[in-house]
Amino acid sequence: MSEDKEIIIDGVRGLEDKNGTTGRSWPDDPENTATALKEFRYLSEPMSDAEAKRQMSTRSRRGFLVGGMAGLLGVFGWRWMPDEAKSALLRRTFEFNERVSQVFYSPKRLAPEFPPSRVTAARYNGALGLENEITASDWRMKVTGIGSGSAFAIEQIRAMPRTEMITEFKCIEGWSTIVHWTGVRVSDLIAACGGTNPNDLPRYVAMKTPDEKYYVGWDIEAIMHPQTLLAYEMNGAPLTNEHGAPLRLASPTKYGIKQIKRIGSIEFTNERPRDYWAENGYDWYAGL
Amino acid sequence: MDKQLEKKHPLAVRWMHWINFPLLALMIWSGLLIYWANPVYPLRLGTYEVFHFFPPWFYETLGIPFRLAEGLQLHFFFMWLFSINGVAYIIYTFLSGEWRALLPVPASFRRAPLVALHDAHLVKTKPPQGKYNDAQRIAYTGVILMGAGSVITGLSIYKPTQIGWLTSLLGGYEWARWEHFWLMVLFVLFFGVHVFQVAMAGWANFRSMITGYDVVDAEKPTTPKEETVEV
Repeated sequence: MSEDKEIIIDGVRGLEDKNGTTGRSWPDDPENTATALKEFRYLSEPMSDAEAKRQMSTRSRRGFLVGGMAGLLGVFGWRWMPDEAKSALLRRTFEFNERVSQVFYSPKRLAPEFPPSRVTAARYNGALGLENEITASDWRMKVTGIGSGSAFAIEQIRAMPRTEMITEFKCIEGWSTIVHWTGVRVSDLIAACGGTNPNDLPRYVAMKTPDEKYYVGWDIEAIMHPQTLLAYEMNGAPLTNEHGAPLRLASPTKYGIKQIKRIGSIEFTNERPRDYWAENGYDWYAGL
Repeated sequence: MDKQLEKKHPLAVRWMHWINFPLLALMIWSGLLIYWANPVYPLRLGTYEVFHFFPPWFYETLGIPFRLAEGLQLHFFFMWLFSINGVAYIIYTFLSGEWRALLPVPASFRRAPLVALHDAHLVKTKPPQGKYNDAQRIAYTGVILMGAGSVITGLSIYKPTQIGWLTSLLGGYEWARWEHFWLMVLFVLFFGVHVFQVAMAGWANFRSMITGYDVVDAEKPTTPKEETVEV
C-alpha cells in the first residue's frame, strides 16, 4: 500500500518542474504549525541577484502568457460560440443530469410527510390552460395508451382508492408550501385501466389541459411513484378552479411546473412528450 | 546578495486555483439569476432589517431580472466543473503532501489572532510562518469546507426527495436553501478579504501564484541540513 502511495506521489511530482530544488524542513520551532506537520520548503541552489531576476522574468512571461491565453480563450470561446451551440450544450447538460438522476433514482425513497399543523397557506402562481370556464359534471379525463383507453368522470376517480399525503410543494422559483393533498395514486389509475404489469408500461406520460394550452411530460418512473397523486382535494376542501379543479397532479417528485392543473387527457407513450416549460428553457425532467 | 528561488505553488494547485476563480464567479452569478425569482433573505439585527438581499437597483444594474431559466441552465452545467475541480484539488492536496502546508492544528486557532494583530500593526512579534501562517491555514482550509458545504447544501435542494435524508439533516428544504445562500455570501466576503490581503502582500506574492516561484535571500551556508523528501 505505502509503495503504491509513493508511486502515485512520484507520478504527481513528476508532472511538476522541480528546477533542481531540494526539500528542507522549517526551523525546529514548536510554535510553528509547519514544523509540527513536517512541512517542507523547496529551494533552488543559491544564485546571483541578476540570475534570479532573469529566471523570474522568464517564468513570469511564460506564466502570464499562458494564463492570459487561457483566460482569453475561455472568454472569447464562450462569446463566439453560436447561440444554438450554446443552448444545445446546456440542453444536453440537462439531459445528462437527467440520466445521472435516473441512475440513482429509487421509487422507494419517499418525500417526508408532515403533521397537519405544518400545512401552510396555499400559493397560486399561474392560470395557463385554465382560462376557459368548465363545469365539473361535463368534465372527462381521456386516458390513452394503456388498456383499451377510457374516459373518466370525476365521480369515477373519487370512487377509486383514496390516498392522502401532506408534503412540501416546491416551485422551481425557489419557494415552497406544505400542502395536504387527497386523491388517487396515478399507479392505482393505471391498474384500473388494465396496466397490470408495471414493466410493460410505455416510457413516458403526456398530460394536457382540456384546451391543450398547458402540457407536461413525465417519465414513467416518477408517475408510478407512490406519492404521485391525481388530487381532487387540497387542504381538506375540493380543489378550487385556480388550483386546478376538478383534477390535478400532485407529487413531491417534481417541481410545480410539472404538477399540471385541470387535467384533460393522459397519454402513455414511448415518445418523449412536449413540455410547456421545457420549451421555454427549463429542465424537461425537473425531478426532485 | 545571493538569492534562491523558492518553489511555492505546484503547477496543479495554480491551475486549479485560477480555474476555480471564474467557475465560482459563474456559480454565484447563475445563482443570483435563480435567487431573484424568490429573493427572501434579509440581514436582521434583532427585528430591525439592516439589508435585504437584494435591493431593486442591484438587480436592475446587473440585468438580473427574468433570467431564471438561463440561471438554472448555467448553474447545473458549471456545477460539474466546479465540483470536479474542487474534488481534484482535495485529492491532489492529500497525495502530494501539500496538506502539510494547508491544514491547521488545534493550536492554530490560538495563534491565528496574533497574525491579525500583527497585520494590523498592533503587535510587533512576527507570527510563526511556514508557506502559510496559522490564519491562512484556517482561511484556506475553511474555504474548502465552504465549497464542500455549497456542494452538499446544493445537492440537498437539487434532489430533496431522492436525497431527503440529507435535506432533513440540514434542517429541511427551506433551511438548506438558506444555508446555500449564506455560503455564497461567505464566499463573497472571503473573496474581498483575500484580494485585500494579496494587494497588501505585494507583487512578488501575487506573481508566485502565477509562476509558482518566489525569490528569497539565500540562507547562510552553515544552516541547511539537507534531508530526503518524504511524505
